[in-house]
Amino acid sequence: MDIVIFDDVSKIYRTGEVDVAALRNVTLRIPRGAFTALVGPSGSGKTTALNMIGCLDRPSAGEVTVAGEQVGRLDRRQGAAFRGRNLGFVFQDFNLLPVLTVFENVEYPLLMIRDMPGKQRKPLVERVLAAVGMTDQSHKVPAQLSGGQKQRVAIARALVGNPLLVLADEPTANLDGQTAQRVMVLMKRMRDEFGTTFVFSTHDPRVMEQAEVMFHLNDGSLIEGSGSGGGEP
Amino acid sequence: MIKIMRLALKNLLRYKRRTLLTGLLIAVGVMAVIVFVGMSSAFKQAIVGQITDASLSHFQVHRKGYLASIDNLPLDRMLTAAAFEKLSGILDGTKGVTAFSPRIRFGAMLSNYAQTTNVRLNGIDPAREIAAVPLLASRIQEAAHTDILLKPGEVLLPEVLARGMEIKTGDTIVLVANNKDGSVNGMTFQVAGVVENLMGPGGRDGYLHIDDAAVLLRMETKEISEVAVRVENFEHLDAVAGRLRSVLEPMTNPQNKPLFELHTWDQLTPFYNVVRMIDVMTLGVRAILIAVVLISVLNVMMMSVYERVREIGTLAAMGTPPGRIMALFVAEGFSLGLAGALAGAVFGTGMLWILNLTGVDIVFGGANQVFTLAPAIAPGEVISACLIVVGVSILASLQPAAKAARLEPVEALRHV
Repeated sequence: MDIVIFDDVSKIYRTGEVDVAALRNVTLRIPRGAFTALVGPSGSGKTTALNMIGCLDRPSAGEVTVAGEQVGRLDRRQGAAFRGRNLGFVFQDFNLLPVLTVFENVEYPLLMIRDMPGKQRKPLVERVLAAVGMTDQSHKVPAQLSGGQKQRVAIARALVGNPLLVLADEPTANLDGQTAQRVMVLMKRMRDEFGTTFVFSTHDPRVMEQAEVMFHLNDGSLIEGSGSGGGEP
Repeated sequence: MIKIMRLALKNLLRYKRRTLLTGLLIAVGVMAVIVFVGMSSAFKQAIVGQITDASLSHFQVHRKGYLASIDNLPLDRMLTAAAFEKLSGILDGTKGVTAFSPRIRFGAMLSNYAQTTNVRLNGIDPAREIAAVPLLASRIQEAAHTDILLKPGEVLLPEVLARGMEIKTGDTIVLVANNKDGSVNGMTFQVAGVVENLMGPGGRDGYLHIDDAAVLLRMETKEISEVAVRVENFEHLDAVAGRLRSVLEPMTNPQNKPLFELHTWDQLTPFYNVVRMIDVMTLGVRAILIAVVLISVLNVMMMSVYERVREIGTLAAMGTPPGRIMALFVAEGFSLGLAGALAGAVFGTGMLWILNLTGVDIVFGGANQVFTLAPAIAPGEVISACLIVVGVSILASLQPAAKAARLEPVEALRHV
């Protein structure tokens, strides 16, 4: 069963008088539970595709279906609710809230988005912090952590609500090679432990090696895909 | 709500110096308002107290048309004995009236056998007068008596005349006056004291016994220029005056014309404008406070939104509803306003307390009168200043908060 379906999706941005195609007629399918990479050089459309899946952006043409929902048709409020229920995000710059501790950062989606009571929140946060090996650092604020530790917290935050899908935009771009490798291993282990589908973008060949399903994008077009029902081979 | 407030407080503390400075600015504004309101209301109270308790009393009743000519002290527009008797009965039966004093007001020539000048005089019943204007006794210098203002055959002279003519307590003077028919009469009086000048109408008048005034003016039956009336509770003045007006206004003389007119103290003295000006200035100070809070909170919140665009994008991307993002920023503005207001309230009331201990002397009016103010503020005024600040803080944070909530997550995440 596919969790993400792109059906002839195009995205055109207007820059002044010029139209720029970020995605051109992309059709792809990402199977549920797959550790999936969107790869390609800068400007190839990876981030645009991730934004479409994350209902942060809408296609100019075609349909994007995530977990059975045509996300391009959701308004702002519905999109936020959908993301809060079904998606987790890992960002290149970690994007942790600097005023909150590690524990509070991970707790945020349960507290502020799902309004979960404290008694239910605490074990979930502790479980996911233990899974990413950050229990000992839970009282620290992001400024006291290394890049790798920050990304582990970001992964914990993305997973704490047990989402169907975690989207990671260049999750290792700001990490050194060894740390990047460890983060990818961690993400894969989390996929195995939580059964969550991971979709990440990268142009790092060492990271690509970890992917089970890979889609190559170039200049907005899918040039190679290994997912089920993928685009052009 | 608590979780939003907690996060808002953490965000405010992120920029400690900016938050402290803005909070301090708000606190200083609130403090200034509290001190100003406390001082101005004490000043207002002192002025009104002086005017009503030492001269005018709370309201006055005259024969209809008297007030229009009051500067001339007309003797042909007096209340007849019968009218005064009727009025006395009404005043005695009016709830809230504690005292009233009939006065015969007239102009006379004053002579100390060496010099002669004009003087404005009030013929009074000393016991009634002191009940209607209790501070009159405190204005008398070199008083001949301690238990009574004056006795028949005695006169209290205004300070300005007594000093100018070098008249002292115990001296004998002559008063010469025309009655309403134009005939002249003169009588000798002994000076029983000198009345300190007071700002406003009647502030430089002399006093003599009402029976002496009637004799000097050759009245066959005692006629009354005005009746000064004191109410039990100044706060209820308008209600008491209103009730009396409704009783007095329909009363007519044999010619079927209105008999009485009633005027409260504020209609009798130009100093009411000073009181009103104080109220306007208080409003002005409040408006400045609102502007200070509005501008400072708006500035801080706008900066906060611009500095945290990526963070807002992250919150939105994770699924935080736009309304909750807006609430986060409104809560920051609210907390900033509340903290500033509370600090200002504490500092302001503390400052008033210190001023109350030390006392504040203010010289006011042509008579160079010194008022020792006891600044104080009603709890309601402090609460209202705090509520205004908190309300304006929320108002000021609405626009930046709405801007934050409207940010497109994808654009915000790209922001550098």
